[in-house]
Amino acid sequence: MTRGAPGTLGLGTGAAEGRERVPGRPPLRVGPASWVLRARALAVPLVGLAAVVLLMAVSIGRGEFPLSVGDVLEVLAGGGDRPQRYIVLDLRLPRSLTGALVGAALGLSGALTQTITRNPLATPDITGITAGAGAAAVGVIVVGGSYGAITGPLAEIGVPLAGLLGGLLSALAVYLLAWQRGVEGYRLVLVGLGAHALLISVTYWLLTLGDVTDAGRAVVWLTGSLNGRGWEHVQPVGWALAVLVPLTLLGAHALGALQMGDDTARGLGVRVNLTRAALLLAAVALAAVATASAGPVAFVALATPQIAMRLSRTAQPPLIASAVVGAVLTVGSDLVARTAFGGVELPVGIITAVLGAPYLMYLLVRRYREVRA
Amino acid sequence: MTALPAAEPVGPETTARRGGPPGARLHAEGLRLGYGENVIVDGLDIEVLDNTVTAVIGPNGCGKSTLLRALGRLLNPQRGHVLLDGRRVDRMPTKEVARVIGVLPQTPQAPEGLTVADLVARGRHPHQTWYRQWSSDDESAVSEALRLTGMLEFAERTLDQLSGGQRQRAWISMALAQGTDLLLLDEPTTYLDLAHQVDVLDLVHRLHTEAGRTVVMVLHDLNLAARYADRLVAMRAGRIIAQGEPGEVLTEELLREVFELEARVIPDPVSGTPLVVPIGSRHRDR
Repeated sequence: MTRGAPGTLGLGTGAAEGRERVPGRPPLRVGPASWVLRARALAVPLVGLAAVVLLMAVSIGRGEFPLSVGDVLEVLAGGGDRPQRYIVLDLRLPRSLTGALVGAALGLSGALTQTITRNPLATPDITGITAGAGAAAVGVIVVGGSYGAITGPLAEIGVPLAGLLGGLLSALAVYLLAWQRGVEGYRLVLVGLGAHALLISVTYWLLTLGDVTDAGRAVVWLTGSLNGRGWEHVQPVGWALAVLVPLTLLGAHALGALQMGDDTARGLGVRVNLTRAALLLAAVALAAVATASAGPVAFVALATPQIAMRLSRTAQPPLIASAVVGAVLTVGSDLVARTAFGGVELPVGIITAVLGAPYLMYLLVRRYREVRA
Repeated sequence: MTALPAAEPVGPETTARRGGPPGARLHAEGLRLGYGENVIVDGLDIEVLDNTVTAVIGPNGCGKSTLLRALGRLLNPQRGHVLLDGRRVDRMPTKEVARVIGVLPQTPQAPEGLTVADLVARGRHPHQTWYRQWSSDDESAVSEALRLTGMLEFAERTLDQLSGGQRQRAWISMALAQGTDLLLLDEPTTYLDLAHQVDVLDLVHRLHTEAGRTVVMVLHDLNLAARYADRLVAMRAGRIIAQGEPGEVLTEELLREVFELEARVIPDPVSGTPLVVPIGSRHRDR
């Protein structure tokens, strides 16, 4: 009787020497570190990143004083003359950058939510976060505008802050309501949908309280817009991503196990409830900050994880690729929203919704077919 | 071949010992298991001896799977504790437990698009960290696990392209790749045709005799259970009715008591272990 090296099978089939490759999982080993080398999973974020930069350059170049892509890239690299630098760095870059960061945050948040709930139709919305943020932000806009309770610059800072708090509070409420010896994916979705419906109703009720201009501003915010975004909008999303992305990637290793059901995950040594709560919290924080910066930009969190998954050919939404694809989608949509309709600039959320709605229907139909098959 | 442990009576004399008797890998006393108000197992004592194959048998809904889940710390007991090598399993870091106990749940789930190789590789999770995700140990354990279940040729197929039996073998590979001393298998032969059932149980036997693994499995086929297990644990309504060597446990009286089944028990012509021949009402009066 031989008991092999710890963690191996010890049946002496010859495989124990480590000579044998597992098909489809070529290794990438550097010192003590090791990963599976997946060409597509590496290529998608890299190509996506290049696409984001290019789309941002095109977008920054368009406007009252047009600049070529080359000029924009030159300025971004530190060159260009003074007016060009002013137009690019002070006027247009913050908007584009906010779009890219908001898109990345939503994409990552969506990937986390869909993996945790094991549901390709799930978005951070199901935690009640966007509806909560919407209700709170509209509340501040309408009450602040109509009754003069909050005025001037305070109201401007107040809206994103209210959105952030409202989103986090409603997410917390949904999580607590869904708790029953742990939080399970389907129950979370159901409770979240209920909270979502309730908060949307509250939002509409709040809209009827305000006067027409305030209601108009509120509706633009609710659609999701990058209009007039400055560096003060870039910072919070930038910080949130800088902190949350590394933390999420550290926890991401458990996501693979977490996706195989609670029993299997626990059997594999994952602290299921703790890990799930932490990752869900990260997803909520990402979505909350994104929503506070740009309003609830529709469908990015829903569509990007699925697109990234198909591009990377992985079995679950890839985190980094989802973030990058989210940035591509948002910056691209904003470019269309700004330039495709002559002098009229549409909120970016309208374009993402127009792109996303058919995609959602496609997913629903496909799901329906799967269930029927 | 190690000597088979003698059958032990279930009784109060075992409850006096704390930490479990020597040789017991898993040990539990006075277990109450259930889900909220719904108590499924109550006052159950069990010990799993080192280097044995234990088969848990019993009618549907008797608490076999619940017991297995508790032994694998997937379910926290409402009363009593499960001890792993004398330590309370619920107080050990779960990742440490996962390097000692491998669990194959009854109906595991996985994303459909996952390949067999990726599924089996997830069995390596307790040996990995965020920067160490595919070491050469991982690789050899996974390829060996795939080879042992005959799944190497399907390594790049996705789960939705597999038959039920192939899928089951992929899951067994995953549990094997975990490389644990103890394996808890909940109906590992479900969905398998008879030939593959025998293959899986032969594999269990090899793991036990050649690699010194300790196995606890829930099995429905009593004859195969009698052939492959050193010890049988017969349960009914959340209680252990009998445990010990198959020859002592699997009797006509026990089948009547546990399964309410009229049967003849004869020696298996191949293995000499008990062979259950059910009677049923159609043949009762012959």
